[in-house]
Amino acid sequence: MNLSLILQMAAEAGPDMIGLVCDGRRWTYGELWRAAIGAAEMITQSGCGHVALLDENSEAAAIALFGAALAGIPYVPLNYRLADADLASLVARIAPAYIVGDADRVQRLGHHAEHVVLTRPTFVAEAETLGEAAAEPPEADEPIAVQLFTSGTTAAPKAAVLRHANLLSYILGTVEFMSAGEDEAALVSVPPYHIAGIAALLSSIYAMRRILLLPAFDPDAWLALAAAEHATNAFVVPTMLSRIIARIDEGAKPDLGSLRAIAYGGGRMPAEMIDRALSLFPDTGFTNAYGLTETSSTIALLGPDEHRVAHRAGDPAVRARLGSVGRPLPTIELEIRDDEGRPLPAGERGEIYVRGDQVSGEYKERSALDAEGWFPTRDAGWLDAEGYLFLTGRADDVIVRGGENISPGEIEDVLLTHPAVAEVAAVGVPSVEWGEAVGVALVVKPGCAAPSETELRTLVRDRLRSSRVPERIVVRDALPYNEMGKLLRREVRKLFQA
Amino acid sequence: MKPGTKLKSAVCDTEVMVIKGGAAMVSCGGAPMVDTRPAELLAIDPAFAAGSKIGKRYVDAAGTVELLCVKPGRGSLSLDGVALSTKDAKPLPSSD
Repeated sequence: MNLSLILQMAAEAGPDMIGLVCDGRRWTYGELWRAAIGAAEMITQSGCGHVALLDENSEAAAIALFGAALAGIPYVPLNYRLADADLASLVARIAPAYIVGDADRVQRLGHHAEHVVLTRPTFVAEAETLGEAAAEPPEADEPIAVQLFTSGTTAAPKAAVLRHANLLSYILGTVEFMSAGEDEAALVSVPPYHIAGIAALLSSIYAMRRILLLPAFDPDAWLALAAAEHATNAFVVPTMLSRIIARIDEGAKPDLGSLRAIAYGGGRMPAEMIDRALSLFPDTGFTNAYGLTETSSTIALLGPDEHRVAHRAGDPAVRARLGSVGRPLPTIELEIRDDEGRPLPAGERGEIYVRGDQVSGEYKERSALDAEGWFPTRDAGWLDAEGYLFLTGRADDVIVRGGENISPGEIEDVLLTHPAVAEVAAVGVPSVEWGEAVGVALVVKPGCAAPSETELRTLVRDRLRSSRVPERIVVRDALPYNEMGKLLRREVRKLFQA
Repeated sequence: MKPGTKLKSAVCDTEVMVIKGGAAMVSCGGAPMVDTRPAELLAIDPAFAAGSKIGKRYVDAAGTVELLCVKPGRGSLSLDGVALSTKDAKPLPSSD
């Protein structure tokens, strides 16, 4: 199996159809396919062991992804937002690499002589030229398609590997070939180094839905591109949606009449925000997608009809589903298990385990799959009676106070009901008495006075149990998030070290 | 037929990827499918000339084989002389 099949089929079925629009250039599936073949030839000749992308989103991401697949070399898109030292250590882990993108930066990181480095324009131009004449290479044996360094919210980045078989299973299991209408266009604004950025390319090309690639997210650029190219679909992370809504609230009046579907994922979506979005875009279908890098993207989703039903529901259990991530895909098995790995019934919190062909659960150093092929996601959650999945945080984020497991989410949810609290994070802080105690960092809403510690503690004590009452409370101007809107709990913990 | 294996028609341009196979032997246009297409194509059996469609999944009634058509052609797919039918996909909302 080889991922290149996806682009090859699109180029076979519609060689002259526009497949990708970026920076004003319109690429047909045929042109992308020829460029991928040209890129494969350059990559093979380089003798490198990995193909890396160190760049914002562009056609080069698609050409490098498929070119690497054709050449049988793992593709490793890198997070260009990392600090030099962090980036340098990742680049060292994939040497010698064929690196496309920011050549100056690679030089600055040192050891550049080990690698083959091309700027984006050179790579794209040479791939196109070579692709005119190059023959399609024979199918490669390499099983690894993509290697992604995890964002490392709890520890050093791990190298997650996704096999061709994982990614192809995901696409073939969730997308019907050429199912998009001719007018359909998907606005892609997630970075190329995120699993959602890779899945977006694969899904849209297989559906033959034109991709509108935004080099880097900015709410005004997003709104302008959506209007100018009549985007029908978009995927956003919660932070992006919040910034888009903020621009509209500030008076931006974009024409989003063509936008039929917005999918979101990659982080926790606050209930007020999705409520607001549903009211602001009454004719748009919303889909909440839950997935991990290690699962080749989506494993559970809450579809458009379920959103509208929950949005209008009077029944609190149905209404609550707006805060769920929906139900597992038909191709995925999902269980909630306790600390000993025993399956738990509906309603009980535990760790989410998944199994399926799209699930890799594999890192460069080791596989995390158990003997039966189940992947412990380290995400904590529970299922309701109808099989809707609710996330409660990372299993590693659980605060263990005197032997009692405390989920940060339950404390955060209570504190967020305080009218002056804008954002909150609960973490475990060292405690002589309890081993760990609850520490809370919070951001106060603009124009509000910070609530007293007593007031906050009383709120938690009244709604939860005394063990949940925060021992330490700090107020900050902002909480630390990564660029995808994921709360960096290890950074929050540092706030209590002083 | 191992999943992921690509098979070619001996009578036309059809190419399939095996999703599920087992020991079954599939035909296209009436002739067994092969790893390497012969230099000279065989004659197509008119009983199996309805054509194959790119992107469609083909299955037998018993569910022993599933093929994804990756290149279309004039021949139609069969198993033991019985034409394969296309599998209806359950549409999912796009989540990417």
